[in-house]
Amino acid sequence: MSLLEIKDLHVQAGDREILKGVTFSMEEGETCVLFGPNGSGKSTLLASIMGYGQTKITSGHIFFKGQDITQMTVDQRARLGIGMMMQRPPNVTGVRLGDLVKVTAANGHGCTGHEAEFKMEDFMDRDINVGFSGGEIKRSELLQLSAQAPDFVMLDEPESGVDLENIGLIGRKVHELIYGSTTCGRPVQRVSALVITHTGQILDYIGADRAYIMIDGTIRCSGRPGELLKDIKENGYGDCKSCRTNVKIL
Amino acid sequence: MSDERENSVKKALGKEAAFGPSVDIDKFGEGETHPEQIGKLDDTPEDLKKKMENVGVTVDESHRDGTILFIDNGMSHCSNRAQEGLYIMDTKTALKKYDWARKLSWNVMDPTKDKYTAKTYLEDSDGYFIYVKPGVHLKYPVQTCMMLSKHKGIQNLHNIIFVDHDASMDIITGCTTVHGANDALHVGVSEIYIGDNASLSFSMIHSWSDQTAVRPRTNARLGKNARYVNNYVVLDPVGTVQSYPTAFLEGEGASCSFNTMCIAHENSNIDTGGCAFLNAPRSGAEILSRNITYGGSMVARGRLVGNAPGIKAHLECRSIVQKDGGVTEAIPELEAHLADVEMTHEAAVGKIAQDQIEYLMSRGLSEDDAVSMIIRGFLVGGIKGLPDSLRDEINRAIDKANAGN
Repeated sequence: MSLLEIKDLHVQAGDREILKGVTFSMEEGETCVLFGPNGSGKSTLLASIMGYGQTKITSGHIFFKGQDITQMTVDQRARLGIGMMMQRPPNVTGVRLGDLVKVTAANGHGCTGHEAEFKMEDFMDRDINVGFSGGEIKRSELLQLSAQAPDFVMLDEPESGVDLENIGLIGRKVHELIYGSTTCGRPVQRVSALVITHTGQILDYIGADRAYIMIDGTIRCSGRPGELLKDIKENGYGDCKSCRTNVKIL
Repeated sequence: MSDERENSVKKALGKEAAFGPSVDIDKFGEGETHPEQIGKLDDTPEDLKKKMENVGVTVDESHRDGTILFIDNGMSHCSNRAQEGLYIMDTKTALKKYDWARKLSWNVMDPTKDKYTAKTYLEDSDGYFIYVKPGVHLKYPVQTCMMLSKHKGIQNLHNIIFVDHDASMDIITGCTTVHGANDALHVGVSEIYIGDNASLSFSMIHSWSDQTAVRPRTNARLGKNARYVNNYVVLDPVGTVQSYPTAFLEGEGASCSFNTMCIAHENSNIDTGGCAFLNAPRSGAEILSRNITYGGSMVARGRLVGNAPGIKAHLECRSIVQKDGGVTEAIPELEAHLADVEMTHEAAVGKIAQDQIEYLMSRGLSEDDAVSMIIRGFLVGGIKGLPDSLRDEINRAIDKANAGN
């Protein structure tokens, strides 16, 4: 049984079909990377897996740990062990980051009290994301995920908007999130991850088992992350060699 | 009182208030004037005690410098733990005792404002009188509690607060109904004076019954560098509340802030806000209004009038509509009489953004818990200097409101 299995998923945002039949699966402990041009549907796929309401599944199914989660609410999915690092999370005025971390830990499997490791100790009394810089938002998201300790984590461009000074810390924390750490006194266990990246910078910190390229709402091809990235850098998505030669992938 | 004034006030008995639905005063009989006397606060009857605690008034006085209780129109308890520097008594006694106190009576409030002030004036209503001597900084808040105890009764109060120059005080005032006095009217005229370099934080928590009519009338005058914070909280069901406290900033550098937090339940009609006249150079004002409607009607008002150079003022009316059924209005007004002013406003009415709810849900919170957390943050977030007890009270009311809706 795969950890995550997506079968012929069609998803609309507004009146427009964004995902046009996505099928793929991930195994326990596997880290996959999702490449693709802007607007190809990568973030929509992650939002659909999390269950966000701006996406509407018109057909197809999502299975997680063997359960059909297609109709589940966002919190049911979170409690099953799905976690998400949004690229641009909303501001939540009036709600303090520290309070969210506390309830997240209470509902999840992680723990509190580690804000200093994320350089977030001065942000715990601040409203969530309000006035945070790019790097601060990423650190805040990772702190929340460390409190949640999901079994499967989706990271939407974890390195975007992050300066050089922050990238090291963020990279290390993403590594800990996936490969486990002893900070919470819980057993070191590798979790699965699905990562969207444009630059591949985050791959300096985590190893990825497999990469997929999404174009125009479908997964076009798959391969080794390093090779695909090199190919995209050299030839662009339009002329990706892997996509030309590796047509049937699933 | 002069005949001329008396006549004009009598005429004002027919004058409707500028805002809010009209309340038929004649429908209500006189409230109790000689209520049961409570010697020690600890001896307060259990049913009253519970009601008092609901509105932030505690019988444990270890963290209160003074307490005054009114049941309908009579004082039921008065204690002063600060002693030196604090006068606390009923208004009638103060007006008999001190010449200077008489000068404060019906000075910042015009009795002809509307029929409610006129009635209070003509009946020579009692109320509480609180004075802090120059330079005295009270360590703990003074608490006052106004209870409505008579069904179909009217509570008519005339309160005077004077914080003399260089002094400071916090007041927590809780208003509630007891003994099933559901259909009753509360009228409270409060005249507030804050001297040069003095400060007053005045937190009012109201918990009425679903038919109660409430017409507070509060005016404040501020001296040089004086500071006035007015927190007004209505979280439980009420019939109708209309309140529009007004501050006159007469001293250079004076500042005031009005914070209003209301929940308009089904069948509640709430019309609140604040008004500041910035009459002195470099004075400042902030009016924040955060409201939630669960099918009730809610008007959030705010008015800033800039009459002096170098003033800064901001006004914010935000309402979340959780349930259809009522009307929610935000009415911000800015009025400048010269160029050198900086006055801004923001107003927003609508539902909670779905992406915020889902964001919190993705951390494992149920939808109800996510909504409660956002609403709690919405009501108290951004409002500085809120007492912890008030924060707890707000949390309790939000949980209750969400559970019932």
